[in-house]
Amino acid sequence: MSVYSIFFYLIAAVMILSTALAVTRKNMVHAVLFLVISFLASALLFFLLGAPLLGILEVVIYAGAIMVLFLFVVMMIRIRAPEGSGFLLWHYMGAGGLSAVYVAACLLLIRHAGPGTGAAMAAAVAAPADFGQYLFERHWLGIEIVSLLLLVALIGVLHLGLSRAGRRSGKGGAH
Amino acid sequence: MWIWLLGYLVLMAKITAVLTAVMVLAAYLVLVERKLLGRFQVRYGPNRAGIYGILQPVADGIKLLLKEDLVPEGADRAIFLAAPAVVATTALMMFAVVPFGPRLTIGGREIPMVITDINVGLLYVFALSSLGVYGVALGGWASNSKYALLGGIRGAAQMISYELALGLSIVPVVMLAGSFSLVDIVNAQAGLPFILVQPLAFGVFLISAMAETKRIPFDLPEAETELGAGYHTEYSGMRFGLFFLGEYVHMQVMGALVAVFFLGGWRGPVLPPPVWLLVKIVFVVLFMIWVRATLPRLRYDQLMNLGWKVLIPLALVNILITGAFVAA
Repeated sequence: MSVYSIFFYLIAAVMILSTALAVTRKNMVHAVLFLVISFLASALLFFLLGAPLLGILEVVIYAGAIMVLFLFVVMMIRIRAPEGSGFLLWHYMGAGGLSAVYVAACLLLIRHAGPGTGAAMAAAVAAPADFGQYLFERHWLGIEIVSLLLLVALIGVLHLGLSRAGRRSGKGGAH
Repeated sequence: MWIWLLGYLVLMAKITAVLTAVMVLAAYLVLVERKLLGRFQVRYGPNRAGIYGILQPVADGIKLLLKEDLVPEGADRAIFLAAPAVVATTALMMFAVVPFGPRLTIGGREIPMVITDINVGLLYVFALSSLGVYGVALGGWASNSKYALLGGIRGAAQMISYELALGLSIVPVVMLAGSFSLVDIVNAQAGLPFILVQPLAFGVFLISAMAETKRIPFDLPEAETELGAGYHTEYSGMRFGLFFLGEYVHMQVMGALVAVFFLGGWRGPVLPPPVWLLVKIVFVVLFMIWVRATLPRLRYDQLMNLGWKVLIPLALVNILITGAFVAA
């Protein structure tokens, strides 16, 4: 076993463990934090596989931006943890069933590996400039659609915020 | 095998040197700030420990270590204990990609004068900076105190807002240098430091950097007049010290980033490169202290307006203009 594979299994174990803890915690802040640890671990995995750009993007976007917003909301609304024993049997059975399907699919993929299965994707391990070139030459339409979607969401939030501010002050407009 | 070991030793030596320099400088920046604030307010500042108060940081350090480490009742213990470390660690780790000299050749072997030169160095800095938010937000939340919670929420909102301006203001620099690597960005300024080419980006970056460090005039997360001490109200002893250390290390990081992105990094005549970098860092930090002594705290809506309605649009326009020039 090489040093790399030892690191791989360590990080993978951290990832699975923290994700499992994230979905079973009743305290929302703890759940968010375990998910952050899971994202950090997957970022480390990207680093280990030679794709630092993807690893850093994982940290900046998921661990650094999205989860901070989650934490922000959880801190603001202060949900009380529900009393009682927590999850019911069928919760566990549903989750277990879905995981089993996923694991089975992965095993099937590994069994029927072709010649190119283990190779790294060239664009994923490329330098940032090459990665950007690949993305905008091959998948520009997808990127534009996503950015349009984000723009629509942005305008929607602005509209909701403005109309609520208008109702509260009784005049319309924020200030 | 022994070459690998040698490389490892060199790396450890570099990390030790950088961490020592940063920590010592942080301790003495506290003294410099208190001295300067004293002068700005026509008083002496600390002058009891040693001549000119030169032993004050030592005394402060001993005091912080010896004080009781309190955990308030009802606090979320694990998170409360870990939050200060998150703030200090993320700030310290940012120095890993700051270059402090050109490649050194010793015995035919080239040694890069930077702890690690990854091709996404700039993104690495921003990733750590966005993780630093967790320390502030969680420290405030875990304290189980309304002042700390308000400070933490304010801190998170402020840092998220200004991170955008910080990141957008630096895009023109990346366009000109053609790389995310801090080493390449310094190399691209061999002729002209970017402050002369990108004065607008420099201004936006400097203001956002001050807001990121949460200092006056942007110190709403710890506004003494409203929130006690904000997110670290409930902390005592060395855990408070770690928040404090994090703030001063963060100031140095921002000074180093301003130096690397706009002032040519370690470049300069006569003096050796690491000294030039140090001079530039201290210069930027002194400017921050001067601003702190001069301006009053912003109101919360002014803070948000400045970030979202002034700095971010300015940075976006600057990207457009630079893009037009680069493409032409």
